[in-house]
Amino acid sequence: MSDSSITNNPVTPDVSRRDLFRIVGTGLLSAEFLTAQDAKDAHAAMAMPATGPKSLKGGPTFVPKHLNQHHFKTLQHLGDLIMPADATSPAASEAGAAEFIDFLCSRNDDLAAIFDGGLEWLDEYTKHKYGTDFLTSKPAEQTAVLDLAYGTRGGSPEVAGGSQFFTWARNMVVDAYYTSPVGVKDIGYMGNTAMSTFHVPQEAVDYVLKRSPFGA
Amino acid sequence: MFQVQRSPVVHDVVVVGSGAGGGTTVKVLTDLGINVTLLEAGPNLDPMKDFKEHIWPWEVNHRGSGANAESYFGKQQWGYWNAPNGYWDVPGEPYSIAPGNEFKWFRSRILGGRTNHYGRISLRFSDYDFKPQAFDGLGFDWPVTYDEMSPWYDKAEEFIGVTGTHEGIRSAPDGKFLPPVPPRVHEMLVQRAGKKLNIPVIPSRMAMLTRGINGRAACHYCGQCGRGCHTASAFTSSQAMIFPALKTGKLTIVTGAMARELIVNDEGLVSAVSYIDKATRTEKQIRCRAVVVAASACESARLLLNSKSTKFPNGVANGSGVVGRYLTDTVGYSLGGSVPALENMPRHNCDGIGGMHVYVPWWELDKKNKDFPRGYHIEIGGGLGMPQLGSFRGAAAGAGYGAAIKTAARQQYGTNVNFAGRGEMIPNENSYCEIDNTKVDQWGIPVLKFHWKWQQYEIKMVQHMHDTFTNMIEAMGGRVMQRPFDAAASISKGGEIIHEAGTVRMGDDPKKSALNKWSQAHEVKNLLVADAAPFNGNPDKNVTLTIVANAWRAAEHLADEMKKGNV
Repeated sequence: MSDSSITNNPVTPDVSRRDLFRIVGTGLLSAEFLTAQDAKDAHAAMAMPATGPKSLKGGPTFVPKHLNQHHFKTLQHLGDLIMPADATSPAASEAGAAEFIDFLCSRNDDLAAIFDGGLEWLDEYTKHKYGTDFLTSKPAEQTAVLDLAYGTRGGSPEVAGGSQFFTWARNMVVDAYYTSPVGVKDIGYMGNTAMSTFHVPQEAVDYVLKRSPFGA
Repeated sequence: MFQVQRSPVVHDVVVVGSGAGGGTTVKVLTDLGINVTLLEAGPNLDPMKDFKEHIWPWEVNHRGSGANAESYFGKQQWGYWNAPNGYWDVPGEPYSIAPGNEFKWFRSRILGGRTNHYGRISLRFSDYDFKPQAFDGLGFDWPVTYDEMSPWYDKAEEFIGVTGTHEGIRSAPDGKFLPPVPPRVHEMLVQRAGKKLNIPVIPSRMAMLTRGINGRAACHYCGQCGRGCHTASAFTSSQAMIFPALKTGKLTIVTGAMARELIVNDEGLVSAVSYIDKATRTEKQIRCRAVVVAASACESARLLLNSKSTKFPNGVANGSGVVGRYLTDTVGYSLGGSVPALENMPRHNCDGIGGMHVYVPWWELDKKNKDFPRGYHIEIGGGLGMPQLGSFRGAAAGAGYGAAIKTAARQQYGTNVNFAGRGEMIPNENSYCEIDNTKVDQWGIPVLKFHWKWQQYEIKMVQHMHDTFTNMIEAMGGRVMQRPFDAAASISKGGEIIHEAGTVRMGDDPKKSALNKWSQAHEVKNLLVADAAPFNGNPDKNVTLTIVANAWRAAEHLADEMKKGNV
């Protein structure tokens, strides 16, 4: 049951921690489980703080697997408009959102059709309305398109042709964001490590109880 | 037909299936010095390679969607991160469903079976669960009492390791427990809601080690038990029973071996197990002194029904005609709520053990005038879990686009609390499986045809679940997320909770049951069944702990019979 899809792309996993876990594993003659002492070593290794790569953005030499360069850049920019940087965390491009979508487009024809067609539609729409493609249109024009696409009452009929694409784009950009190191850090997930005992900080208990109908 | 390869050696015991029942049988028999040959239809398991414990989503280029974006198109049968386990749809292994009926059959094809991924909720059946007819006139009494079963529950708990506390609640008998795990913040809210509504919320009983036992290390609280545990701190039959049994030198494992038929000799005993060696697509026969079938309730029934001979024209050990009948599953219904008190909670690691730290045992056992019999337990979900694909799509959709998405996601993270009811189904005449004589699988083995019907008992119970969960959510100041509600439409599909039982039931009367009180076939003394097929009912307590206890008991009985020369 080996899994060939384990990454060998630009991602650099937390080598020390994972390697140590593997080294402990090689002591086993056959598939089994770690003995108590081995497990203790493994837990100590696991308990080291996880430090994923700062950014998952492909470097200057990155070549998309499926999308053409223009579509890729358009998608990357659209992703940063959907999830821009704020005071806490960077924009979607640092989460490798466009790279993630491009990769899956290279693996799934239905997905490729949604993004190829959708990005083409987006350019046609802005060309028709503003005289340029989406990427080179003015920031205010791009915002106007997104206001129609992601308005509070759902998409406007004016951009109905792009509605499937807009939904897919937002879902996958958001997915990519929170499954990246910057997203995990932003949301504040602190697990996927090892601890010898489980306990809940009193601060969190007090905060919630005070706000609950039960009171502190 | 190709020439059948028959083994010249007569093996002591052949065990079919390596899940909770098969694993227990292997452990008990090899410990007693008996040679065992284990047939598993799937491949071997290599936990170090196969378990995806501690991998971050970004370490996989598809981030968990599946290598071809399966999850985005509803084509992922089971989460990518889960331990290898099985599927609803197994390529080349179809099954039939009677017109107008619904049933989903989960098949596990891997060493360790469903124990590699199961929820590890470990609840004893209660006294009335073994004598339901005496209790309220419905269902079928077991040929075993709670007091007879209790010592075997002790052994099971002490070996696999189960958390818990002594509560003295009749519907949830106490056991030999490891220390419990403290509740998470949302679980403390549920406890307080329970107090207000007079519903008990007690520490959960789970097969994770809060203390190292039997050479297995204590839990490290990463919450990823479902992915498989490298330290086997979460129980699996593969790691805790089968691999250690290999060290005794008494165990031979044959993987990729799909059992086809039990061959019966002139004396009416099983003389060999016929199986398809998947790698070569050839039939092989392995001769044996005794066989223990533990292939999962429906697969075990299928094997018996497909073993037809002049002596047993309706399938081996099926003179009573009950094999395949009285199929049950757990009644399932879930409801989630969004709880504002949890918004923007100070962040902390709340992974804990995989699953709930507290649960609700059935609390209305003595209540008169209920409109459904028996009851259900409630499993609690929630917390600050590892973000996954899909975790924040809802928050984003509500926020539109731009900076508002992150604000909404931060606020909503960890505010969902989920209640899952797991209730008892009363066995009925309309829920069963039989051989579909018109269809075979890719191995040439006739397939099963399922018939399924919930009764009003179960549907009314789901209404009660919905009302209770709504009250719990609102008591926490939360908002119920799904409306409207219709009990008949919202009840789980048969098979969906993956707790099938009852298809080769035990009993004292050979006319009404296939097995005796030791799970040994009335008509074939060297044939035993050791999964949930022997169960006479399916109480609101997940089946695995009772499978282990009952298989343990059956295996010791078999060893005893062999020693006495009866088998």
